[in-house]
Order: sequence, then C-alpha cells, then structure tokens
Amino acid sequence: MAVIELKDINVTFKQKDQSIVAVQKESITVEKGDIYGIVGYSGAGKSTLVRTINLLQKPTSGSVKVNGTEMTTLSDGELRERRKKIGMIFQHFNLMDELTVFGNVAQPLKHSKLSKDEKKAKVNHLLELVGLDDRSQNYPSQLSGGQKQRVAIARALANDPEILISDEATSALDPKTTNQILEILTRLNKELGLTIVLITHEMQAIKEAANKVAVMENGTIIERGSLLEIFTNPQQKLTKDFINTATNRDEALTKVQELLVEKPLATDERLVQINYVGNDTAQPLLSTIYADYQVTTNILYSNMEILTQTPVGLAIAIFKGQPENTNAAIASLIDHGVNVTELDVKQEEA
Amino acid sequence: MIDWIAQNLPGVYELGWTGDSGWGTAIGQTLYMTVGSAIFGGLLGLAFGIGLVITDDSGISPNRIAFQILDKVVSVGRAIPFIIMVVAFSPLTQLITGTTIGATAALVPLSLGVFPFYARQVQVALLGVSSGKVEAARAFGASKWDIIHDVYLREGRSELVRVSTVTMISLVGLTAMAGAIGGGGLGTTAIVTGYQRFQNDVMWTATIIILLFIVLIQFIGDLVARHYSHH
Repeated sequence: MAVIELKDINVTFKQKDQSIVAVQKESITVEKGDIYGIVGYSGAGKSTLVRTINLLQKPTSGSVKVNGTEMTTLSDGELRERRKKIGMIFQHFNLMDELTVFGNVAQPLKHSKLSKDEKKAKVNHLLELVGLDDRSQNYPSQLSGGQKQRVAIARALANDPEILISDEATSALDPKTTNQILEILTRLNKELGLTIVLITHEMQAIKEAANKVAVMENGTIIERGSLLEIFTNPQQKLTKDFINTATNRDEALTKVQELLVEKPLATDERLVQINYVGNDTAQPLLSTIYADYQVTTNILYSNMEILTQTPVGLAIAIFKGQPENTNAAIASLIDHGVNVTELDVKQEEA
Repeated sequence: MIDWIAQNLPGVYELGWTGDSGWGTAIGQTLYMTVGSAIFGGLLGLAFGIGLVITDDSGISPNRIAFQILDKVVSVGRAIPFIIMVVAFSPLTQLITGTTIGATAALVPLSLGVFPFYARQVQVALLGVSSGKVEAARAFGASKWDIIHDVYLREGRSELVRVSTVTMISLVGLTAMAGAIGGGGLGTTAIVTGYQRFQNDVMWTATIIILLFIVLIQFIGDLVARHYSHH
C-alpha cells in the first residue's frame, strides 16, 4: 500500500526577477514499511521535494497524498493534525535549548488528550526506546550530537507517526554515531512498521538502512530502484560516483594505481575490476579459471556488502596468464554472471 | 548619617524625605514612571516586535503590507527625538490622563517614546531564535500561537531579558528628561531644584541615585538572563 504519493511536484522559488526551479515535475511513491533513501549532493532538491510531504514546503503545483489524503487542500487545522502523524528529524537536531530532554519529547503532546500521567509514561517509554531514559532532566547543551539526535527521534515519535522523515539526520555526526542512529531507525522500521524517508548525501547511510533508493540531481530523480538494483547495476554516472565512494572503491583504486607506478604490470598481467552478486559465485570461479586457463588471480582489494540480505562483492585484482587465455577466462566469468571490467593502469580523471 | 548630610549637603537635607519635592517622593515618582511606562511601552513593543518577526517574508505568517506598516511605525517612532514627542503628544496626554503635568501624564510620552526602541530590540532578539526550531515545531503540528509562545518567546527569553534590561535603563534616562519639563521624579529634582537653583549638592545626589537605579537594573537583568539561559 502506498503511504506517500507525490505526483508531478513542481517547486519554484521566486527571487526578485528570477525564478529558481528546485524540483521539476517529480513523482515518488513510498510503500508502507519502506526505508526510502533519497541521495544527492546539496542543492539537488531532495530536501525541498521531501518537505512537500508534510507541506513544510508548499509545492508550486502537483499532488501530495499521504495515506490517500490529499494534503495540499487541507485547512490549517487539519494539516496540523496530519503533521502529527509525520515525524521529522533534522541535520542540526533543532531541539529546544530551554527545555529539558523530557520537555522536548513532551512538547508535541501539548494538546494531546492524554492525562498528565499518561504523557509522562509515554515520554519515559520513548526515551527508553532511544536509550536515554537516564538523561531526561538534562538540557540539550549537556548532550553529545548523537544523544541530541536520539532525543529528536523520541520527539518525532511522540504522536505515534506512521511516517518518519529524516532530513540529513546523520550528516553532522561522526561515522560511529551515524551507524548508531541508522541502527535505531532500522529497528523502529522493523518493530513499529515505521515508514522512513531518508535524505542524505552519503550513499554509505543509504547502504546501511534503505531498501529503495532514488538519486537526485538538479531537481529531478535521475535513477531509482531497489537498493540491490542500484548497487549492482547503476546506470547514471552520478550514481556510480556515489557507489564508488560508498564502497571505498575509488580510494582503493588510487592506491593500487600508485602501487603500479612503482611496480608496473608485466606484459602478461592485466588489472581488472570484478563485481558479483551472491555468495557462491566468484571465489570458486577464480579457482576454476586457474584450472581451466592457467590464469592466476592476485586480489589487491576486495569488499563485500550485505544489501537487503544479498551479498554484493567487488574486487580489484591482477590476472596473470597468456593473453588469449586471460581473454577466455574473462569471457567465462562473464558467462557465469560475474562482471569483469578492465581498469586503466593510469589514474582516472576524477 | 542624617547629621552628616545636614552639615555637608544642606540643600539635600532641606528637601527632606516626604513632601512634594522630598527625596522619597522623587524616588517614588521615578520608580512609578519607569515601571509604568515599562509595562505599557513594553507590551506595545513586544506586540510590535512579535508582529515584525511573524509577518516577515521568512516568518510564520508572512504579510508584506502588515510588515511594512509595523516597520514604518517603528522606524518613524525611533526617529522622533523624545523631547519633541513629549510636546507633540501633549493633546493626546491631556485626552488620556486629563492633565499634561506630573508623573502620570509623563507615562503617555514615555510609553510611546520607548516602545519603538523596544520593538526593534525584541525583533532582533526573536530573529536570533534559529529557524530550525520553528521548522521542527511546525513539523510536529504546533499552531502559530504555540510557535510564538513556546518557540520564539521561550527560546528567546534570555535574550529578551537582556534587551528589556537595556530598554529599562534607557527608560530611566527618559524619565529624567520628562522630569525636566514637569514630569516629576529625580529628573525634576536634579534639574529644577538642583541645576537651576545652583544647588550642586542636590543635582549630584539625584544623579548618583539615578546611577544606582541603573546599576541595580543591570545587575538584576544579568542575573535573570543567566538563570534563563541553558544554551
């Protein structure tokens, strides 16, 4: 069931005489239980697009449906009620500095019908959920970045939302804290069935949490699909760039190339990149090509990710053997569904 | 103490504590004018300051016409010298208080004189509240009134206390000026009784008391601001 349906969304900002198109006729459908990642560099329009879901950003034209209700035609009061069911977390946390942790989480419950005791129990439960029940009387300035974001998550969940929008929520955090936050989000997705829209400029974060991905550039989505599809078969250059950064492939390749400047390849050696999906394909095949074609494999770098329960591997290796044998070996690997690309020994243009 | 004053500051002693021009009366009038106009001018200034922030293009209720009106009133109000305002508003003062002389009459020009200054200060203080907090509140379904009360005023309160302190201090200065033209209070004592009658001891004593007022206001203001800040 589609929880969020954005259809033909246009957002144009008018500044004096010129108008800037932030989102151009873009549509997106998020199903219940999805963790939908939207990746792109800053200025790509991803925040603007996602802010139309709770109408923090009014679209210039287009339709916004949440659980089948058209949001753009709601009255102010109805919209406020709907917004309570759409939690949101931000890059800079946006907590109230003059309220305690408890006060921050209780704030969205101000007009709720719960009794004082029920509110208290609820806030304490939410703080337990994010592991901060011992900090409820602290002020935000006494917390670390990761703790602040956990408070923000608890606050976003106060009105039992079905949707959580995460707007660059991990971008101000270090890698370890980022993973903690992403773990909490994935746990909430599983345990509460929370549908999450995750905006980020880090493919790493998408890889950890999302099951679907859209890549955005210049106000349009240039590529979208399941996490596995995007990672194993990216079409657009920008998508490939993001993935190569996320898998550390670029960094590894640069190091390999530096190494090869000092110790160049012999005439019977070739530098290749191997991509494979699934656990049981690549490793046995590399032994097979030695047996069948006398081609030896020297793996210089390899990386494996588990993406939605499927292993996705990448290796940079040197094949050594007779040129015709190596060609045959590569053809055989490709026949078996392993993608082999020959790499340039010289450094690529960035 | 009293004997020492009688001997060394005869002019000061002569005025006494009670009576129309006594020190107690003057201090009471200055307090009355400062607090009274701080209440009226403060409420008016707060309303205008909030209005300026929410009707701004980036505010929660953008309204260009309302913003322009508020902005112009505040700008023009700040541009008119206070001493001219006292004279210019005297018909209005007569209408509201029934007189143009005395501390109560002085409340009208004092309130009108201080509110544009305060409104601008409130505006700056509230604009210091990060737009991210406002956005977070909108996202969890807060109403406009919630946002004014729970985000702008509460998150900006320590800064509001600071600007209120500054405004109170300049108000004390304005009451002295109002005193020069019949408002009463320590200003009248310093200028009319002290300066114009060549009683330097009276003038300086009144000035020192005004100074003490200011130091006290600053001290309390700093204390309250610090108490409210959890940044």
